[in-house]
Amino acid sequence: MGLQRLNSLTIPLVSIVFGLLAGAIIMLLFGYNPVEGYLALWEGAFGDKYFTGETIRLITPYIFSGLAVAFAFRTGLLNIGVEGQVFMGWLASVWVGTAFQLPTIIHLPLAILAAAIAGGLWGFIPGYLKARFEVHEVIVTIMMNYIALYVTNAIIRTYLAEAGGESTDNVAQSASLKTNWLSEFMGYSNVHWGILIALFGALVIWYLVERTTLGFEQRAVGFNRYASKYAGMNVKKNIIFSMVISGGLAGLAGAMEGLGTFGYMALHSGFTNIGFDGIAIALLGGNTAIGVVFAAGLFGMLKNGALNMQVGAGVPPELVDIVTALIIFFVAAGFMIILLKERIIGFFNKDKKQSKNQKEGK
Amino acid sequence: MDILGFLTTVVPTAFFYAAPLIFTAVGGAISERSGVINIGLEGLMIMGAFVGIVFNLLMGPVIINAFGSGFGGDLTPWLSIIAAGIIGGIFALLLALASITFRADQVVSGVAINFLALGIGIFFIKEVFGAGQTDFVDHPFNTTSIPLLSEIPFLGPIFFERTFYTNWLAVIVAVLAWYVMFKTPFGLRLRSVGEHPHAADTMGINVNRMRYIAVGISGVLGGIGGSVFALTVAQNFSASTISGQGFIALAANVFGKWHPLGAMGAAIFFGVAQSLSVISQGIPLLDAVPGIYLQIAPYVLTILAIAGFIGRAEAPKALNQPFIKGTR
Repeated sequence: MGLQRLNSLTIPLVSIVFGLLAGAIIMLLFGYNPVEGYLALWEGAFGDKYFTGETIRLITPYIFSGLAVAFAFRTGLLNIGVEGQVFMGWLASVWVGTAFQLPTIIHLPLAILAAAIAGGLWGFIPGYLKARFEVHEVIVTIMMNYIALYVTNAIIRTYLAEAGGESTDNVAQSASLKTNWLSEFMGYSNVHWGILIALFGALVIWYLVERTTLGFEQRAVGFNRYASKYAGMNVKKNIIFSMVISGGLAGLAGAMEGLGTFGYMALHSGFTNIGFDGIAIALLGGNTAIGVVFAAGLFGMLKNGALNMQVGAGVPPELVDIVTALIIFFVAAGFMIILLKERIIGFFNKDKKQSKNQKEGK
Repeated sequence: MDILGFLTTVVPTAFFYAAPLIFTAVGGAISERSGVINIGLEGLMIMGAFVGIVFNLLMGPVIINAFGSGFGGDLTPWLSIIAAGIIGGIFALLLALASITFRADQVVSGVAINFLALGIGIFFIKEVFGAGQTDFVDHPFNTTSIPLLSEIPFLGPIFFERTFYTNWLAVIVAVLAWYVMFKTPFGLRLRSVGEHPHAADTMGINVNRMRYIAVGISGVLGGIGGSVFALTVAQNFSASTISGQGFIALAANVFGKWHPLGAMGAAIFFGVAQSLSVISQGIPLLDAVPGIYLQIAPYVLTILAIAGFIGRAEAPKALNQPFIKGTR
């Protein structure tokens, strides 16, 4: 148990260090100064109020997408469909935000709830197919991403945008997560109240997974599906439930974009990458709620700071994409790090043995 | 519009979209038959498109210098896809290293490969060309009429006029893969490590080496698929050059039940679906269908197919399971 706990912390940390080191090496190879590059990145993430506000803005949906992947993973499911669920949640929140005139106290929660339901329904489909027909959720969710991309575009183009328009109207002020003074306070950045909702969401998920029967069943099914079934748990129900909650969380990530950052939804020519980054965030965060918050923080910082690398040090921001990809790669190949650690420990132990032998005059 | 006119419109376009998918899907089938899920096909195609275009742009002038503009110009795209295949194969070994040696979750390492390919590609493009996309290549593949075969009445104009040699190479690769996989000892070993690695191990087959080879081949074919797409359809490289073709190839492999010829059939089907949403305006009846239905059709059909509504598909049993010697 102790060893496992150690690994669950060392693997992500070592992976981050390796990833950043690899980034430094690439910068050196292409003739940049890595210290300058990373300083520019830090500056771009937390250099002043505006940058900090933008970083928090980016972290907000990341927390939800990370939670979405992590929650499903606890049941042994890999939800690659967060991307599509984000689209559905985004669209639903913007639709409620633009279609009604209500007081804030009803309008905002309603819009957020709509996003969760839309995402949850989009997660229900792969969950149901998995539980009922044992269809691999990875393939279904990948396909659902494309369907969501095209369907949301078609709905926006046909129903929500003005004729020939590319985006919906702005959501009503009563459904917006933005307030002027907060934005002004953070250097006129796009920061919004969603971050509080995201942190609260993480707390709820932590409680749900760690402290309730439901969460226990969730984890049990993740550990061993057959043993759980033998213990009388309804495995199929758990699988569907897990995907619905996961989709709902992803939908909330969409609401953060729809009601917070953008305030509208435009046609998309491709994916937002919020969902795909969510996989990396969940993985780095060890699929725990607290870990996800930290990992989302790191990714938000890296991605937002990267934009400043071009200005500050001339480094293309895609360097950070390489670094994050490598971090996921190293976390996934965690066994490599365990082996490496054992080698190192073994090496030192051998040293000790030798010196001990020498002392004893052998 | 008569039938011949209809077919000479639809078939070449469908085939043109299908060819890159055939290469990649067959590569996916080989990898997955050995027990390694290849979510990284998208990344392998990105790598292939990137290398194909960059090689074409940078080496094209050199090759033409050496061989003259006529032959050199014809040779350049072929050398480009060979380069893309080689780099794709090497790149896939990263996936193999993580999934096989380090027992990583294959899906997650595949996702990492997809990100990595895009990051490397765009970073490099910005470094060398100073922009997020490259120029258009001077030496793409061009449509040709295949001599003799295009003379065949009816079939000739449909299949062998305005076609690419790479289309037919894709078909040959699929047939070859089928032969190797189902008619040779190598193929039997390949399938056995995907079905029951421990039994294969007992029979003296080096499971991990077989898997490395399979993933490597999928990298070569994915790289070729990506570069063929880039050198026939897109003709330049940017972040959006490969947008989902790798995932469609993955779907084609599942749709085709992990069989090279099935994968080819599914890839052609997806090619038809893609081409329909491109050319539907000109075709009676289809122009009345809203574009959205044609756009989502391949994905919906894939879900229906793997849910077993279109014949039961049985995945290789050891898919996504690392092989650890001595366990059961």
